[in-house]
Amino acid sequence: MEKMMIQGKIWKFGNDIDTDVIIPARYLNVSARSELAKSCFADIRPDFAGGVSIGDILVAGKNFGCGSSREHAPLAIKAAGIRVIIAKSFARIFYRNAFNIGLPLLESNEASECLSDGEDAVVDLATGRIEGNGRVSQARPIPDFMAKLIDAGGLVDYIKKVKIGK
Amino acid sequence: MPMTITEKILAAHAGRDRVSPGDLIEAKVDMALANDVTAPLAIKVFREIGVERVFDTNKVTLVADHFVPNKDIASAEQVKIVREFARQQRLKNYFEGGESGIEHIILPEKGLVLPGQLIIGADSHTCTYGALGAFSTGVGSTDLGAVMATGEIWLKVPPTILLRYEGSLKPHVGGKDLILHTIGLLGVEGALYCAMEFTGGVIDRLPMYQRFTMSNMAIEAGGKNGIMEPDETTLAYVAERTSLKPDIFRSDPDAEYEKVIDIKVDGIEPQVAFPHLPSNVRPVSQVGNIPIDQVVIGSCTNGSLEDLRDAARVLKGRRVSPGLRLIIMPGSPLIYKMAMREGILETFLDAGAVIGPPCCGPCLGGHMGVLASGERAVATTNRNFVGRMGHPESEVYLANPFVAAASAVMGRVGGPDKL
Repeated sequence: MEKMMIQGKIWKFGNDIDTDVIIPARYLNVSARSELAKSCFADIRPDFAGGVSIGDILVAGKNFGCGSSREHAPLAIKAAGIRVIIAKSFARIFYRNAFNIGLPLLESNEASECLSDGEDAVVDLATGRIEGNGRVSQARPIPDFMAKLIDAGGLVDYIKKVKIGK
Repeated sequence: MPMTITEKILAAHAGRDRVSPGDLIEAKVDMALANDVTAPLAIKVFREIGVERVFDTNKVTLVADHFVPNKDIASAEQVKIVREFARQQRLKNYFEGGESGIEHIILPEKGLVLPGQLIIGADSHTCTYGALGAFSTGVGSTDLGAVMATGEIWLKVPPTILLRYEGSLKPHVGGKDLILHTIGLLGVEGALYCAMEFTGGVIDRLPMYQRFTMSNMAIEAGGKNGIMEPDETTLAYVAERTSLKPDIFRSDPDAEYEKVIDIKVDGIEPQVAFPHLPSNVRPVSQVGNIPIDQVVIGSCTNGSLEDLRDAARVLKGRRVSPGLRLIIMPGSPLIYKMAMREGILETFLDAGAVIGPPCCGPCLGGHMGVLASGERAVATTNRNFVGRMGHPESEVYLANPFVAAASAVMGRVGGPDKL
């Protein structure tokens, strides 16, 4: 994986954050990313869409992104400015979707517990090192295939480069 | 080396003799599916990849079912994108209007999905077809766009959790209760990244519509797929709908499982999942007094003709509680017609129900029965997350059609034994 450091403010959420609260279905009648970003977490954290900056970091508990397969969920989070999500675990469709659109995810119980909302953290995507709240934690490194997707910029560019050879 | 049914289907589609959990494979897809919410994004991805035609015009199915009949201008524009793409690509299977119904009900009904197939859908409840003995799983729009372009998908072979159901079911207990009970047992992430394989004497005796209900909600435990071995019931169901020959796979007796869970069903009552997680289940005898404003019967989970018959048995000769809104959504035009023929729709109308068109309707809070703040609904649907059916301060209780119908009559959450 290419070297990639992310430094930003932490937005912290709990366990089992489902795609219906990430982006409620009533906002799914559009697919433009900028529009989706405006409705991200509209019901449970209305200050998110207006307050998030490019490069910020989302931290959550277990099973982040459970529920529907709507790719609008990771797209909205990415379009809002989040550049990495750290959680104890991710629901599998959300996991695929995020890497497919080039949004990296890291799994770390320790970081999920010790990082606090509103503080700054520094994340090294290449190694999984996470520094914040005066502590350093180590996430499981991103699996090779996922790292290739992120390096390519997502599944579309990966397929263009690797499968079709364009 | 022994394999599970999931491993065998994946190996066959990856052109390999065997696969093991953790293997990353590229597999050939027999059917790719998307709906009016997920297809527009998938079509955009398909165009970005830059190929001219879909990999096979018989193997891409697009269904308008979420926000149809078009609920607003934005939804109409989305459906238009899907319709025009289907025409331009000459897709054999595009369903809208009077040909359409809920995707996971009409695909099996039309014989478009078969045992032994590998099915990928841009909808999380694509796991429904596991009931036929297929490997079937939900993905996002980018994955689906890539499948439409290449006919292949990368998959990690999941470990399998074997769930064995034995004993006799109580009255008014069926597939919905078995799966809610199981989700309660495992938790909403209990089967994360895993295949769920349902087996045992109870499954052998379960009619097809209740098997679909169980596989449909595998995702609610985090599962990648929810599969059952095909048997005579499966083959009879398939034979009535298509002349295509199914591929039959079964797990080897000595296949390796991540976990084996034995479930004795004798004591299981009808289950009710309280807000705001499908795992938050209680037996119906222990729900207490919860007044409700609305009841929804339908969805990809419980929108079959037999589900409607179950509800009609309870509603026959009764009226819904004053002020309560009962909304019934048959799963397909065929189900609608059969329900009309059997007099079931009349029973519903006499009971005071509103009968909606075959679509997803209020299940995901799109339209046709959205809840206001503070309102509560009992629904035969699959999710009760915060704001799922409308206002973030509304509540959804998940149950089977018997309980939903009885709750509509009583105006509170409860089973038919309380009527």
